[in-house]
Amino acid sequence: MHPAFSVVFLTTLIGAGQGLFLALFTVESYAAFGLLPLQSDSFYAVGSGVALILLVLGLVASFFHLGRPERAWRAATQWRTSWLSREVIVLPAFMGTVFFYGVAHWTGFNPELAELPSGAPVNITAVLGTIGTVLAFALYICTGMIYACLRFLREWHTPLTVINYILLGGASGFTLAAALAAVEAPAVMPVLAGWALIITALGLVGRVATLIRNARLKPKSTLQSAIGIKHPKIVQKTMGMMGGAFNTREFFHGASAAMLRSIKWMFLVTAFVVPLMLLGMGLSQSAGGLIALAFFIQYLGLLAERWFFFAQANHPQNLYYQSVA
Amino acid sequence: MTQLALVIDLNVCVGCHACVTNCKEWNTSSPTAGPMVDQNPYGKDPTGTFFNRVQTFEVGEFPNTETVHFPKSCLHCEEPPCVPVCPTGASYKRKEDGIVLVDYDKCIGCKYCSWACPYGAREIDEHQKVMKKCTLCVDRIYDTTMTAEERRPACVRACPTSARLFGDIHDPDSEVSRAIRENGGYPLMPEWGTSPANHYLPRRKTKLRIREDELERADNPLKIDQQLPKPGKAEPSLDDVTSW
Ligand code: SF4
Ligand code: SF4
Repeated sequence: MHPAFSVVFLTTLIGAGQGLFLALFTVESYAAFGLLPLQSDSFYAVGSGVALILLVLGLVASFFHLGRPERAWRAATQWRTSWLSREVIVLPAFMGTVFFYGVAHWTGFNPELAELPSGAPVNITAVLGTIGTVLAFALYICTGMIYACLRFLREWHTPLTVINYILLGGASGFTLAAALAAVEAPAVMPVLAGWALIITALGLVGRVATLIRNARLKPKSTLQSAIGIKHPKIVQKTMGMMGGAFNTREFFHGASAAMLRSIKWMFLVTAFVVPLMLLGMGLSQSAGGLIALAFFIQYLGLLAERWFFFAQANHPQNLYYQSVA
Repeated sequence: MTQLALVIDLNVCVGCHACVTNCKEWNTSSPTAGPMVDQNPYGKDPTGTFFNRVQTFEVGEFPNTETVHFPKSCLHCEEPPCVPVCPTGASYKRKEDGIVLVDYDKCIGCKYCSWACPYGAREIDEHQKVMKKCTLCVDRIYDTTMTAEERRPACVRACPTSARLFGDIHDPDSEVSRAIRENGGYPLMPEWGTSPANHYLPRRKTKLRIREDELERADNPLKIDQQLPKPGKAEPSLDDVTSW
């Protein structure tokens, strides 16, 4: 497939935004149960603001993918069958929840609504945070399923796709949260950086597992089944046009095999190995700068990862478009 | 239930692109599907939206090769994977005749449906920014102001070799059903379970066997018993004498 930069940015930005929100609420939940010291509201407010900015940027990027963005509202209608439609519904709902979560912390308007049997208070932010957590996971699942549900694109048609969207988004979000905490709430920085380390490591496992799986895939469709002629030797002489078509532009990445290979190694190093090292160093030295650096490098790595994710998928329609004449 | 479809005879197609041209002509000027805009039409790399392409494949190894011309358009699948993924409902399959269509007023041009079609049958219109594909000339085949002969898809009407048949594949007595049944019609990429409605008829070896007794009448009574010397071929035979 041809990686569209709108979608590369959309998926990486909202993934990090969701992860950041999950990280904030993780800290708040820990604090509610007394596992971590309580943090100032400004940490949550700033964090929610940053998460919201990432989500808005992602949404803006997504509009560049549409031919007719003015009609985008229609995309919310087919949630019964279309994962894309479900994403279109969940994304604004999640953004709204993050917004109110941030506002509740910003204004300090956080009355206690109920009490758990253990005595832990249930505040508005706890309710909003729980809703936001559910929506964040729902959004990861929608985004992943948009690709995983296409059974012809066998590189994507695996539960690993959804798992990786969760892990990679989570990794970048937790790394960003740790970098923010270094400034706003140093006491929770080690916990967040620790989680970022764990999720990044899990992300590496998930991504490498996908790479191994995809390297072993055998194409299900062949030129023989595509045109229905059972002869071992078939060569396309012309695809019916010379100047290219939508089919030659949308479904081919146009990069060389060597380029693809080097991007693969590049993202494995920049999205996983280097951030893991920087997080480890940042953690041991309590150096927020290193963690911020880890986030930027990881985000760049994830851009490359997403580019590769699209480029690697080999669409069966390509069988029909092999020879210009 | 009706399922309209095309049946394309690969044994007959000569790869002349008449169907491509007529499709483009009709759908560009049609009030519902058109225009189908081209970019760079007279420049170096002309490109544009088409509903139908004719491709050419070479089967076998030289010198034992055969050239196969292969027209390709939306197959109007009975289980169309392109329809449920559409977030706007712009892509739909008509219940009454099984035609898969795009509502150009609803489509947001997200291209998701084209990813979900294994055949590459959908093309975005770079000018209108909506997804386009073969409509089976839905704006012709029901137009009662046309004669019955004209109420067929433009590609079918244009084909000089009658390689394209059009009809209801759910009606067992239709021309298309008979062609599929009797000539080994097959769907493309059956492995995905899309049940394409369009079928293709395979290449067949057409051989004419002529025995000697069909060239020279063996049952000519004058010749059977060899009573008379065999008359020259130019001589009038009994038939020639009696048939006037
Ligand atoms: S050929 Fe492609 S576009 Fe046409 S109905 Fe089948 S899946 Fe949909
Ligand atoms: S491009 Fe149009 S028809 Fe295709 S899925 Fe998107 S909205 Fe639906």
